[in-house]
Amino acid sequence: MPAGKASASRIELLQGTLDLLVLQTLLWGPDHGYGITQRLRAVSGDALRIETGSLYPALHRLERRGAISAEWKTSENRQRVRVYRLTAAGRKLLGSERSRWQQLADAISVILARTAETEP
Amino acid sequence: MRYPWSRFGRRVRDEELDDELRSHLHMAEEDRIAGGESPESAAASARREFGNVEIVREFTREARGGVRLERLAQDVRFGLRLLRRAPGFAVLAILCLTIGIGANAAVFGWIEGILLRPYPKVAHQETLFALAGTSQGSPDFDVISWPDFVDLRRSGTLYEPIAEKITSTTLSVGDRAERVHGSVVSANYFDALGVKPLLGRGFEAEEETGRNAHPVTVISHQLWKRRFNGDPAILGKTQKMNGVEHTIVGVAPEGFFGTFVGYAFQFWVPVSMQETFESNVYKLEDRGQRWIEGFVRVRPGATLPQAQAEISAAAKRLESDFPATNLGRGARLLPLWRSPFNNAGALLPTLRIALGVAIVLLLIACANVGNLLLVRSFARRQEMTIRLAIGAGGGRLAAQPLVESLVLAAFAAAGGLLAAYWLRDALVLLIPPRGVPMSLAGRLDARVLAASIGVSVLATVLVGLVPAVQARRLDLAGALRSGSGGVVGQGRRRHPRSGLVVLQVSLSFLLLVGAGLLLLSMRRIHDSRPGFATDDVLTAGIDLAAAGCGRPRAALFEDTLLERARAIPGVRFAALSRIRPFGYRTYSSASIETAAYRPRPDEEPTVEFNEVSPSYFETAGIPLAAGREFMRKDDETAAPVAVVNEAFVARYFRGEDPIDRSFRADGRSIRVVGVARQSRYENLLEAPKPFYYVPLRQSFSASVNLYLRTAAPPETVLPALSREIQALDRDLTPSELITMREQVRRSAAPQRVAVTLLAVFGGVALLLAAIGLYGVVSHAVSQSERELGLRLALGASAPNLMGHVMSQGLRLAAAGVVLGAAAAIGLTRLLGYLLYGVGPRDPVVFASAGLVMLAAALAACLLPAWRAMRTDPVEALRG
Repeated sequence: MPAGKASASRIELLQGTLDLLVLQTLLWGPDHGYGITQRLRAVSGDALRIETGSLYPALHRLERRGAISAEWKTSENRQRVRVYRLTAAGRKLLGSERSRWQQLADAISVILARTAETEP
Repeated sequence: MRYPWSRFGRRVRDEELDDELRSHLHMAEEDRIAGGESPESAAASARREFGNVEIVREFTREARGGVRLERLAQDVRFGLRLLRRAPGFAVLAILCLTIGIGANAAVFGWIEGILLRPYPKVAHQETLFALAGTSQGSPDFDVISWPDFVDLRRSGTLYEPIAEKITSTTLSVGDRAERVHGSVVSANYFDALGVKPLLGRGFEAEEETGRNAHPVTVISHQLWKRRFNGDPAILGKTQKMNGVEHTIVGVAPEGFFGTFVGYAFQFWVPVSMQETFESNVYKLEDRGQRWIEGFVRVRPGATLPQAQAEISAAAKRLESDFPATNLGRGARLLPLWRSPFNNAGALLPTLRIALGVAIVLLLIACANVGNLLLVRSFARRQEMTIRLAIGAGGGRLAAQPLVESLVLAAFAAAGGLLAAYWLRDALVLLIPPRGVPMSLAGRLDARVLAASIGVSVLATVLVGLVPAVQARRLDLAGALRSGSGGVVGQGRRRHPRSGLVVLQVSLSFLLLVGAGLLLLSMRRIHDSRPGFATDDVLTAGIDLAAAGCGRPRAALFEDTLLERARAIPGVRFAALSRIRPFGYRTYSSASIETAAYRPRPDEEPTVEFNEVSPSYFETAGIPLAAGREFMRKDDETAAPVAVVNEAFVARYFRGEDPIDRSFRADGRSIRVVGVARQSRYENLLEAPKPFYYVPLRQSFSASVNLYLRTAAPPETVLPALSREIQALDRDLTPSELITMREQVRRSAAPQRVAVTLLAVFGGVALLLAAIGLYGVVSHAVSQSERELGLRLALGASAPNLMGHVMSQGLRLAAAGVVLGAAAAIGLTRLLGYLLYGVGPRDPVVFASAGLVMLAAALAACLLPAWRAMRTDPVEALRG
């Protein structure tokens, strides 16, 4: 089976999900890339480890779409860091992404429930 | 800390991204140190967790650079970087593509400059067409008469005709006499062509009228510079041509060579001077005298079919108004490249073949570079796989080789255009000089540029396609398992490369066969017998009209010249004729009637003839089958006689003995006194055709060719001949003093051009194919060192191993030869009339081409095979 197609669809799914997660994290307050990975990791109890190779493309993509904005700041230990914050458009996007996720989750759970009923 | 990418971060955004990723790493490191790890291990594990920095960076830029153009710019920069890291590969690839693109650009330039836009400085050549006469029942195009021309011009609302007849003369300025070529033209010539004289003017309408009434001339820029030293006060001065002083009224702009493909003309005179320039035969009032090689400028807004319809209607009216001369005659507008009146037609098949060959060469070059790119993409398989694994789109990966090949093709296109520029005059060099300044330049205009860029884009796609498809088919699981240690001649991934090599070999074989067939044709032409003697016959053009002789003086002169020539030691026979066989001037022709031949109702049989002096046949070496040749007694006072050739007898006398029978030529009765054996008249390739000869004295011409049949080598009588001619008349310069052998050789110029092109391109193609084969075999050897070592360890002998590797390469070559032979069998027919005495499927040529190809393949495989033989089993197995 050609690997290209399989990975392409996997990326689609990841992207959508990752965007949602990033936006949600920034809802709690502005943060830099490293901070976002650490927060997600902590909140999910180490279950979610975000690849840098996915995170930074996602951040820059969201920035390009205007969902988040970035500025350079100096961190508490005098490190120059790029801090992202949610924009108004980002809040809106988060809302719609959340409801889409909810729809998806609902749909999947309905299907899973139906499967359970028909099981012998 | 130094990051591998920092050297290349040019743009601020890239640097910012670097900073951002660096801060990420830094923070991860600090967190780990704070968690109790040692600084070294913290740095190492932070980086491990981070992953491949360059790839993260690449994909972030990819995500950010949503604008396609920006992405392309990234890819181009990436491509440039890769090329800079592998300069050897880059140079080889660019060189290959330069050859391919350059060959195409050069041929495009030639086609543009010789066929499509053949006349430098002439405006809007897309609305300029050749004007030719047609006659019912004849497939050939004809010249037209001046009265017809004037009538066609009068009825033209959508078109404006231009008349031209090429001519030559002896030009005397001061005490130097020389042959120059020019043309007799209608008064609108310069205006209608859109050529504005540099000095003075073109011709005025009234200069068309009155027999020899307007001895005025426009001279070329070249002549003005060369003979008059660019004299700014040239206008109003005179130059003597054909014994008549002509007033110079204009100087043509620099770079305007007239309107005859191949020749650079030096002067123009108005049609009223026709008689002066055409052997003292006045044709301007004779509708039956056809001599004009015309053009038509279709007026703005009109289309070719509209103009054609209008001129056809006008020709139809002429048919009914003048049935005696015009029955069955029409007028036809032709694209310039189909003009029957100049060298374009002779070069058309050659240029067509050149185009085919250039395309084949480009394909070979593309296959070669595609192969090189494939090798590189295998080397980068790991990198590509990782990019795929972390989520690069397959499309982006596939785009990379395309962009890389675009970068290569861009360089190659620049090089190719440069090469085409250098080569634009190359065709002239291949055509033997004819005593006429030649102009046969390619033309690199916007259209050629666009076509060349199109070809480069095509090359890009072809070159990048195979690796791109490969990238798309990249198999994650398979590729992550390390793939060294293959087996020679096996492994799925070698297929596309082998395929490319087979393709290359087959295309090169095709070119080799073409070159071989043409080479053999050249030899056959060289050995062929045109039906007249060639080696011991010297010929020279003698233009008495140009030297200012009237008819009685010229006739006397001709007799004296023959006497003196015969007296030169070493000369066996001497004779004159009006037209030289295989020359560029056309024979006279006449409509023929005989009792034995009944033409179809719409047919007007026309036969060409030559005007020859006594003893022409023994001098030219044309045997007589029956009867006698012309004698002194066959002069203007005697009854008209003729010698006909064998095809004439077969057709117009139904093969019966024609001696002392008569035929009518243009209504005049002529008695046949002899039958000449068939010979060739215009070129070696023509089919046998009816032809006849009349005595020069009975059809006088002041412009003749002298022939000397010599006992000694012809060159030895040259000085004596020049001396005799000079002694007769100081103003007379014989033109084109050559042997008939040379004259025949010149007529094979199209073959010579084609054979040179094919031989050069075929050689280059062979080299490219050999490089490709070498690449594949040596790559296979380097990839399978372990296997080779194992074989050695298991007891295979070194020669054994060498044979194994050689056979792999030769198998590919053999497959290519078989494929190429199949293609060649179908395609060599396209060489058409360029082949002479050789079948398009000549087995000797095919076999020789195959041998050459296999020899090249052998040479290409030898080095890698030798390296395989020297494999150290211990090293190989340990590695």
